[in-house]
Amino acid sequence: MEHEITLIVNGAARRVRVPARRLLSDCLRHDLGLTGTHVGCEHGVCGCCTVLLEGRPVRSCLTFAVTVDGAEITTVEGLAPADGRLSPVQRAFAECHGLQCGFCTPGFLCTVTALLAENPAPTEEEVLEGISGNLCRCTGYQNIVKAVHRAAELLAEEE
Amino acid sequence: MKPPPFDYHAPRDLGEALRTLAEVRGKVLAGGQSLIPMLNMRLAAPDHLVDINRVAGLDGLERSGDGVLVGATVRHADAERAEVHPLLTRALKLVAHPVIRNRGTVVGSLVHADPAAELPAVLAVLDGRVRLARWDGGVRVREVRARDFFTGPMESAVEPGELAVSAFFPALPPGGGSAFHEVARRHGDYALAGVCAVVTVDGGLVATARAACVGVGPVPVVVDVGEACAGRPPEDADWAGAAALVRDAAEPEDDIHASAAYRRHLVGVLAERALRDAAREGAARGA
Ligand SMILES: Cc1cc2nc3c(=O)[nH]c(=O)nc-3n(C[C@@H](O)[C@H](O)[C@H](O)COP(=O)(O)OP(=O)(O)OC[C@H]3O[C@@H](n4cnc5c(N)ncnc54)[C@H](O)[C@@H]3O)c2cc1C
Ligand code: FES
Ligand code: FES
Repeated sequence: MEHEITLIVNGAARRVRVPARRLLSDCLRHDLGLTGTHVGCEHGVCGCCTVLLEGRPVRSCLTFAVTVDGAEITTVEGLAPADGRLSPVQRAFAECHGLQCGFCTPGFLCTVTALLAENPAPTEEEVLEGISGNLCRCTGYQNIVKAVHRAAELLAEEE
Repeated sequence: MKPPPFDYHAPRDLGEALRTLAEVRGKVLAGGQSLIPMLNMRLAAPDHLVDINRVAGLDGLERSGDGVLVGATVRHADAERAEVHPLLTRALKLVAHPVIRNRGTVVGSLVHADPAAELPAVLAVLDGRVRLARWDGGVRVREVRARDFFTGPMESAVEPGELAVSAFFPALPPGGGSAFHEVARRHGDYALAGVCAVVTVDGGLVATARAACVGVGPVPVVVDVGEACAGRPPEDADWAGAAALVRDAAEPEDDIHASAAYRRHLVGVLAERALRDAAREGAARGA
């Protein structure tokens, strides 16, 4: 049986018909064409499918689209402001070489955006814990950690 | 990896949820952080899912003098931020990653009853209880104490057609301290072994001491170590002797992550640390 649901994705209401078993990650990618959200392990371990649900980071591979009918979702496509510039977190990742192949990046960007919204000046330890649920096969994490601290600086400058 | 098809039910109130469960005997979907991985890996294929996320009145988090009542849809992250119980707060910080805790529920962790999970050990060491409801012409409720609730690895006393509506974590008494120590390969992974402890200190002397272990038995292993340390001041009680009792009670197994012998060693070390820390906190709170 199909269900008709509405998701507010990156500020726009999107109506879509999905079977109950449709994962939010697949709904975003296949039904809505938003392929910025990546899918790696599909059991909650790698973190690359992380999106913001009502502002909080969640695994889109461990959420059914029907469960979040009516909710606001922000994907990596929605992080940059409308004027075409990158968000402070995105700029910091570019500046600090916080990515190589980029597969893990959408998940890191969503996780870090939420982390800094809640804790604008995290300690080294808090950064490590904050990104502990995201795996990266390329960078060795050091530049990602630097990027999180740099993003905190950029955000503070913008205030 | 995609979940198998199922019929989806999204009841709005408790009566509707219980009637649906009585009728279709489906699986309850709470935060989905354990159930959806199992569906994605096709380790489970229920015909019906009853999603309780929209059921009104299950999201209560109530603290009283006696303890904390946690409703079925209270997320780990919300219970952690509310800081309603020192041992529960400590344990929640050890459950998975912050992102998983934004969806996972406290009650879901209890019902899921993973032997390596932290929250069942907390409920067990505190002698807490879970409230279960089912439909039988009306709402029928029963309370199950922790010692009867965890029945085996990934098995709890919840019967088909039943919904766990809340869990109750008793408050620590005056002079009661707690601690939770574990060793995991990576931050946020299930632990190789862990121990939580509750120690009460009365008039400068240890009065009671209990520990519960995770990851070293089919269900949380609860050990009363009062006989080894009661009646002594916390500074010179025999914590090593008490920890040995905990270590001897553990039933660890080998797996790819660690040998049984290493797990047993860890339990001894972690138990001594947890008991000492709990006693120190109890002494400070009692003073
Ligand atoms: C990467 C990762 C790491 C993790 N690490 C840890 C860890 O270190 N420690 C740990 O403890 N857990 C860990 N978990 C699992 C934990 O996060 C789960 O959230 C939790 O065990 C289940 O809660 P839930 O609300 O998500 O339940 P669900 O996944 O929705 O349900 C789990 C089971 O309980 C049943 N159920 C749930 N709620 C009820 C209810 N109210 N009444 C009746 N039945 C119910 C369901 O039918 C299902 O069988 C991890 C998960 C992931 C993905
Ligand atoms: S794809 Fe969701 S956590 Fe890996
Ligand atoms: S940049 Fe390649 S996985 Fe992280």
